[in-house]
Amino acid sequence: MNILVCMSAVPDTTTKITFTENNTKFDTNGVQFIINPYDELALTHALTLTEQHGGEVHIVTVGEASVDPIIRKGLAIGASKAFRINVQPADGMEVAQEIASLAEGKGYDLIFTGRESIDYNSGQVAPLLSELMGYSLANVVTELSVEGDKFKATRDIDGGREVIECSMPCVASAQKDLCEPRIPNMRGIMQARTKPLEVVEPGQTGNSTSFKEYTLPPSKGDVKLIDPSNPGQLIDLLRDEQKMI
Amino acid sequence: MVLVFAESDDKGFKKSSFEAITYGRDLADKTGTKCIALAIGNASGADALANYGAQEVIVHNGNGTESFDPDVYTAALGEAVDASSAQTVIFGATYTGKALAPKIAARKGASLVCGVVDMVNTESSWTVRKSCFSNKAFTDIELKNDFKVISLIPNSYTVKSFDGSAAVSELNTDLTANAKSRSVEVKKAAGKIPLTEADVVVSAGRGLKGPENWGMIEELADLLGAATACSKPVSDMEWRPHSEHVGQTGITIKPNLYIAIGISGAIQHLAGVGSSKVICVINTDPEAPFFKAADYGIVGDAFEVVPKLIERARELKA
Repeated sequence: MNILVCMSAVPDTTTKITFTENNTKFDTNGVQFIINPYDELALTHALTLTEQHGGEVHIVTVGEASVDPIIRKGLAIGASKAFRINVQPADGMEVAQEIASLAEGKGYDLIFTGRESIDYNSGQVAPLLSELMGYSLANVVTELSVEGDKFKATRDIDGGREVIECSMPCVASAQKDLCEPRIPNMRGIMQARTKPLEVVEPGQTGNSTSFKEYTLPPSKGDVKLIDPSNPGQLIDLLRDEQKMI
Repeated sequence: MVLVFAESDDKGFKKSSFEAITYGRDLADKTGTKCIALAIGNASGADALANYGAQEVIVHNGNGTESFDPDVYTAALGEAVDASSAQTVIFGATYTGKALAPKIAARKGASLVCGVVDMVNTESSWTVRKSCFSNKAFTDIELKNDFKVISLIPNSYTVKSFDGSAAVSELNTDLTANAKSRSVEVKKAAGKIPLTEADVVVSAGRGLKGPENWGMIEELADLLGAATACSKPVSDMEWRPHSEHVGQTGITIKPNLYIAIGISGAIQHLAGVGSSKVICVINTDPEAPFFKAADYGIVGDAFEVVPKLIERARELKA
């Protein structure tokens, strides 16, 4: 079972978001980048699957050399090889197209992503890859196992979960609850230094979208404090002032 | 033409689909074209989608559409796009919409934006606003290709009612050969309002001290017709199911009213709920960061405040 895990570098969850160049660029100054938390779950679970069924886990990241520390961390956690597609991607479509052309013909049984990146929150790379590669799709999964020549997955649906069987090969995206992320140990960190990280030049995909401007949400006015000795007043305000209940 | 996917389950069409249809109709009116709704599978009452703005309805009920398979549904979407000569396809950003929007975009070579929160701006280019950085910011994105696919965050657009009726046409190609997956079992919490669709959400955190104290949260939610949610620590400690966890790594919601009880309001929690229209915070700590993001606040103990809220809500209901 050979698995390709797609990892993205994202700002740490506690980052205060600011912009530069007339609000057209995310200000990366002083920002700590981490492996997208859902991608880390995909990586961990991919390692578990190959421990059970044999095979290798490879990593692919689309980005410039500044993302190398994230890739090395992924190798330290246990992947055997990594690819970096050397371009700062314009959008998720470009990421998916680049990954699809890298993965084409390499015979991966599973391509594993996080359910979304915590920076752009689109959750589009997994479904895009499934369509571009002609693989089945197990989107937003909290369980994933191999059952004979199929995958069995539990995916989130509105108001619940659904157990599905998917044909192999498959594209899956990891949701919280799939597993606990692994922490790299010293041996892993030492080994990661010499594991192959292949830099691949991008194709000419062309951009179908263009990012114009960023805005921050309008800041809220002051909070209206309600006398704690008469909290029922809140219900009246919500009914009369806001017409919400 | 603007094609809108009308998603249904065993309870009928989803509210997020009505929002998407009204959105599609407003866009169609604005750009001088028509809004066509597409229902897939066993969708009864599809003609009623006219009430939300659909001017035509296509129902695809070919073999294979009985349960959700992303590849079967994408094939059905592809046929409906061809039949209607649609140039724009709109989805509600539900789990189903999130899986389908990228697939049809890839198939048709479209520009794609997932997570749109506002009407398309067509002034100088075709631009939409989407939330990013887990609701900490928005970005305006131009869709450059002729074919465009967007998904709309639930509760971002107000449903309107429209007069008139819609002609219903059917497609019934056998799509079973497209199937790549099979539903084995559906586990749904019975009778509950799905969190992402709820207008009102009552949410509680560690301040509740233990899972045994959730009775009053559920009672208040019941009285307000609300869904229940919780903070990350609460779901991590398994006081409440993960499906209730709202925040950056949980579910992102955008209800009209969010009532947070015993939640301090860490940046990661705010990321998941900060775009709620009205936020009420009940917390013992007057310095809790959540008060800065709140419209109404009560500095007080949940165990004293919540019973009084229940009492007042009951009085008003009576």
